[in-house]
Amino acid sequence: MNRIDLLLKEANNKVVNIYLTAGYPTFESIVPIIQLLEQNGATMIEVGIPFSDPLADGPVIQHSSKIALENGMTTELLFHQLKEVRKISQIPLVLMGYLNPVIQFGVENFLKNASECEVDGLILPDLPPEIFEKDYQHLFEKYNIYPIFLVTPQTSEERLHKLDSLSKGFVYAVSSSSTTGKNTGFTDEHLQYFKRLASAGLKNPLMIGFGISTHQSLQTVFDFASGAIIGSAFIKSLDQKKTDFGIPAFMNQIINDK
Amino acid sequence: MQSDNNTIHPFHVDPSGFYGDFGGAFIPEMLFNNVEELRKCYLEIIESPAFQKEYHNLLRDFVGRPTPLYEATNLSKRYGARIFLKREDLNHTGAHKINNTIGQVILAKKLGKHRIIAETGAGQHGVATATVCALMQLECIVYMGSVDIERQAPNVARMRMLGAKVVPATSGSQTLKDATNEAIRDWINNPDDTHYIIGSVVGPHPYPDMVARLQAIISEEIKSQLFAKTGNENPDFVIACVGGGSNAAGAFYHFLDQPNVKLIGAEAAGEGIYSGKTAASLVVGKTGIIHGSMTSLMQTPDGQIIEPHSISAGLDYPGVGPLHAHLYHTKRASYLSISDQEAMDAAFELAGLEGIIPALESAHALAVLKKMKWKKSDIVVINLSGRGDKDLAAYMKNLETK
Ligand SMILES: Cc1ncc(COP(=O)(O)O)c(C=O)c1O
Repeated sequence: MNRIDLLLKEANNKVVNIYLTAGYPTFESIVPIIQLLEQNGATMIEVGIPFSDPLADGPVIQHSSKIALENGMTTELLFHQLKEVRKISQIPLVLMGYLNPVIQFGVENFLKNASECEVDGLILPDLPPEIFEKDYQHLFEKYNIYPIFLVTPQTSEERLHKLDSLSKGFVYAVSSSSTTGKNTGFTDEHLQYFKRLASAGLKNPLMIGFGISTHQSLQTVFDFASGAIIGSAFIKSLDQKKTDFGIPAFMNQIINDK
Repeated sequence: MQSDNNTIHPFHVDPSGFYGDFGGAFIPEMLFNNVEELRKCYLEIIESPAFQKEYHNLLRDFVGRPTPLYEATNLSKRYGARIFLKREDLNHTGAHKINNTIGQVILAKKLGKHRIIAETGAGQHGVATATVCALMQLECIVYMGSVDIERQAPNVARMRMLGAKVVPATSGSQTLKDATNEAIRDWINNPDDTHYIIGSVVGPHPYPDMVARLQAIISEEIKSQLFAKTGNENPDFVIACVGGGSNAAGAFYHFLDQPNVKLIGAEAAGEGIYSGKTAASLVVGKTGIIHGSMTSLMQTPDGQIIEPHSISAGLDYPGVGPLHAHLYHTKRASYLSISDQEAMDAAFELAGLEGIIPALESAHALAVLKKMKWKKSDIVVINLSGRGDKDLAAYMKNLETK
């Protein structure tokens, strides 16, 4: 059984999914970071594959991607590192990347490698669902990698169900129409949108991401969804000068408000 | 209707937004609604009589179209062919870019958008956008790479005078690619009231087709003007520079299905195609995705986009419109690489022989003359996409080093 399903079926606790950029802050920091995250309450990890032109990302993730590439991160090296991760952790792993590096690696080759590293899901924000269905769905199935699609406040009811039907594991709801890392706080409009999603009768569990940076925003999301994805706020908090990267303090703050 | 067109016209976009293997709309869901809205209505709006009337009236009275087709006799003598220059440099604001911005701003109004964003490289598209926004009284924000802000200072001043806000793009190589990234991010963050006027035949479908249609006025005019001057509406050659490829798309458009008309694009080789400092995206690029489009782009084996280099800010782009990737791979058009110095020399040659100072971008098209063997009977149309005022600093520098 896919680890994402296992985790979400337990369902007693809400999922805390932390996004990190592979290769940031240092080339090999992914192994200790995932270990520390798991020890401090993360229950799922989203590994961002750095890209030179991350269109959907705000300044924080742009910066981390740039540093990661300068540190020498590549798709191939990432797969080596993920094998190391799997030696110390069985946490559900979701890869997230822009389509171009995946295409250059070869989509099937990418999925095969991901499967060998026991990756559970893949998010490709700029892969159109029609192209996914036509060219790649059978490969995701062959390698048992869950495809996860994004939905936004602008996504129509019809399309929401279409994206839900193509997704496996969970649907990734973007909290507002924005690039990553805009934390303006949730308004009534956000809450109405979350409510609409929660009662839409989706076949998949719902996870909400983008703009979650405080304990309070995390709790708000937990009221409507199975889990939350925290990205920019975490990346920003990473402190290279500390041996624990400041992770225990960050996690304690955001989960326990302490 | 579109699919009918497509069976007859192998060089036009198909109903799913592709030119052969190239094009499409590879965009994150956050952009879907805006792009889908455009896709659904762009043809209907552009082909409506009301749009056509407003577009053509403004092109005539505000832009100054038709632009002349000028027979360059001194240049013709030097190269031994009949050479005509399509004078897009004589458009209001000094380049072909305004053909597109006039069209898109009318479209934006019909969509009820009141905030306009654009990216710019040389600043010509930024100026053309700022101009039509002043005309239509719309808010205008132009993203421009910090490096370009410096090397195209006169255009920055013009945009500001026209009331636009110029926002520096400070990421990456701080040129056109990065300005485009920033404009796309702006659109993601402003999904309701904003229209993004892309300045070339790049980006997700329907932009490449929409911009090509709005630039197609260039070849429409060439046909009738050439017929009046030579008795034949089809030249032997059409030559244009290719950054994203909009002036070339416009100059090629009505000749795409005329196999006897040879189409030549001039890409910026920068310091040479093997120098690592180039912008020749077709010749050195590989198929991939940039700014939502499957096309040819300069990238590492790992799929990271490579920073381009060209002396001309308008050609300093690591990708190219999907139409050109298709024309290149099907060999319908050929693409030559022109170095910084060859472009520079061609600019001085035109100034000296014809009394016209071209834009550095357009000088790349002129430099093709030296690279080909011509027959006396050849009728050659070169699209002179813009004027050179904005490039005077670069031209002066070249004079000093001579
Ligand atoms: C005068 C001129 N020609 C050509 C270009 C290149 O654009 P395109 O290839 O879309 O025509 C530019 C872009 O800024 C320009 O200003």
